[in-house]
Amino acid sequence: MQRNTIMAIVIVAIAIVAIGLIAWQLARPVGGELTIAGSTTVLPITQECARLYMEEVCPCTRISVSGGGSGTGIQQVGEGLIDIGAASRDLRSSELGQWPDLQPVAIGKDSVAIIVHPSNPIDDLTLEQISQIFAGDITNWIDFGGDDAPINLITREEGSGTRGIFEEKVMEPFGKEIAGEALVKTSNGEVRATIATDENSMAYLSLGYVDETVKAISIGGVEANVENVLSEDYPIVRTLWLITKGTPNTLAQSFIDFVLSDEGQQVVEDLGYIKVKVE
Amino acid sequence: MRRIKEKIIEKILLFSATSSILIVFFIIAFMFAEGWSAINLDFIFGLIWHPKTNEFGILPIIVSTIIVGVGAVLIALVIGIPCAIFLAEFAPNWVRNIIKPSVEMLVGIPSIVLGFFGLMLIVPFIRDNLGGRGECILAGWIILSIMTLPHVISISEDAIRAVPNSYREASLTLGATKWQTVRNITLPNAKSGILASLILGMGNAVGETMAVYMVIGNPNIPWIPTSILDSVRVLTSTIVMEYGYMEWGSPHQHALFAIGVVLFILVAIINLMARYAIKRGMIGR
Repeated sequence: MQRNTIMAIVIVAIAIVAIGLIAWQLARPVGGELTIAGSTTVLPITQECARLYMEEVCPCTRISVSGGGSGTGIQQVGEGLIDIGAASRDLRSSELGQWPDLQPVAIGKDSVAIIVHPSNPIDDLTLEQISQIFAGDITNWIDFGGDDAPINLITREEGSGTRGIFEEKVMEPFGKEIAGEALVKTSNGEVRATIATDENSMAYLSLGYVDETVKAISIGGVEANVENVLSEDYPIVRTLWLITKGTPNTLAQSFIDFVLSDEGQQVVEDLGYIKVKVE
Repeated sequence: MRRIKEKIIEKILLFSATSSILIVFFIIAFMFAEGWSAINLDFIFGLIWHPKTNEFGILPIIVSTIIVGVGAVLIALVIGIPCAIFLAEFAPNWVRNIIKPSVEMLVGIPSIVLGFFGLMLIVPFIRDNLGGRGECILAGWIILSIMTLPHVISISEDAIRAVPNSYREASLTLGATKWQTVRNITLPNAKSGILASLILGMGNAVGETMAVYMVIGNPNIPWIPTSILDSVRVLTSTIVMEYGYMEWGSPHQHALFAIGVVLFILVAIINLMARYAIKRGMIGR
């Protein structure tokens, strides 16, 4: 008798769970899911656009956005694990060789600012001076009229898109490598937080992340701001990409279109990046 | 009917047991398969880690890992063992009821919180008072000793408590004071357990990732440290920093997996040493 009661309860419970699951499946919106991952530089853009997209264009979609870095984003979209990969550097030929059907779309431009602690008296250096500092050839602020204190360098990790553009535009033209003593931080946020707490430090940072806790110095008299990046007077600029594998599906295409729309481009601009011109 | 039920339950338990072994096995197999090709003498004894030029030498990283682990355990020893002795031998019950849960609460602090604490308080303190970058071996020692402390204390305390009471009573009846008894009777008998707690703590410290990553600096190209104020890289922090941007299938990826293999072997050796210490203690008694 008792055993029968227990059996009955168990069966009823299972039935309720099963019905619940089926109902949930049926009631779930038909919009589908979109996964985006990759560069932490592009992350704020995709996050904000995903929020707006779900709010305004199609509330029935679920868009999940995560970071991981440009390399991860490209690899995952290449393997078909995610729908859209985000990258803050151009595709490498090795990556195109491995996954030839990757399709990149430019969604904005980004620039890297050279930053120091706000109390630092230095506010202008040439590209060459910056390359000498980061190579470890000049190690004291006194050489630039600052205090007698060591220059504490911060860099991003190997493979980071931000490090990539910095090396390409600042270090390589002078044939230099980033010094071994530079401490590695793995995100723009970490770099900014470290500079903000260390008066003698210096780093490079995505322009979109510069705020009042750090000071961006000008290069050869050209200030690091959007106008100068657009006019290309400022020397360090790169393009941001959303990448799909082959022709994007309807949802992915619609999301990319949204990012390229006036509203999406406004997000790009509001976050401190630079709009792309859409033909 | 009953026998069938017994059999079924037995099979389910067997299945769970084998699946946990299988999971461990597959993880190890995968790691070795991905990393083995990168392990050679140049890898283990190379002095330069520079993925851009395909130079993968991890000797400075291995040395730093061991220095950071050993130092943290030594600090944990200086604080933890007296604490364990006090808890096991001297503390009245009500004191023990306060200290023990507090120590155990340390285990519950997520490593990222400890790392954040280290980055915001310990690192600036070292930078302002001792010089250097602040993010250094010393900061790693402090954070890791906090993390290993609860393990060291609780395992050592158990080891001390496991010494039979008759030993203590024999010593006390012979006129020895309580401290003499602890020093000459209890501690020598609990030695292997205490040693095991330290070795396990070391294993813990070597495998710890997030907290230590946040406070030890991680230089662009690591070197063998010459001062406790030097910034260093450890095995775990190198992996966690670089996996996000590695290219799949590149030598860099294999090198990172190889670091995982080295780390695994290092921790396995440490754990084997701890088992050996415990076993020897048991036979000795």
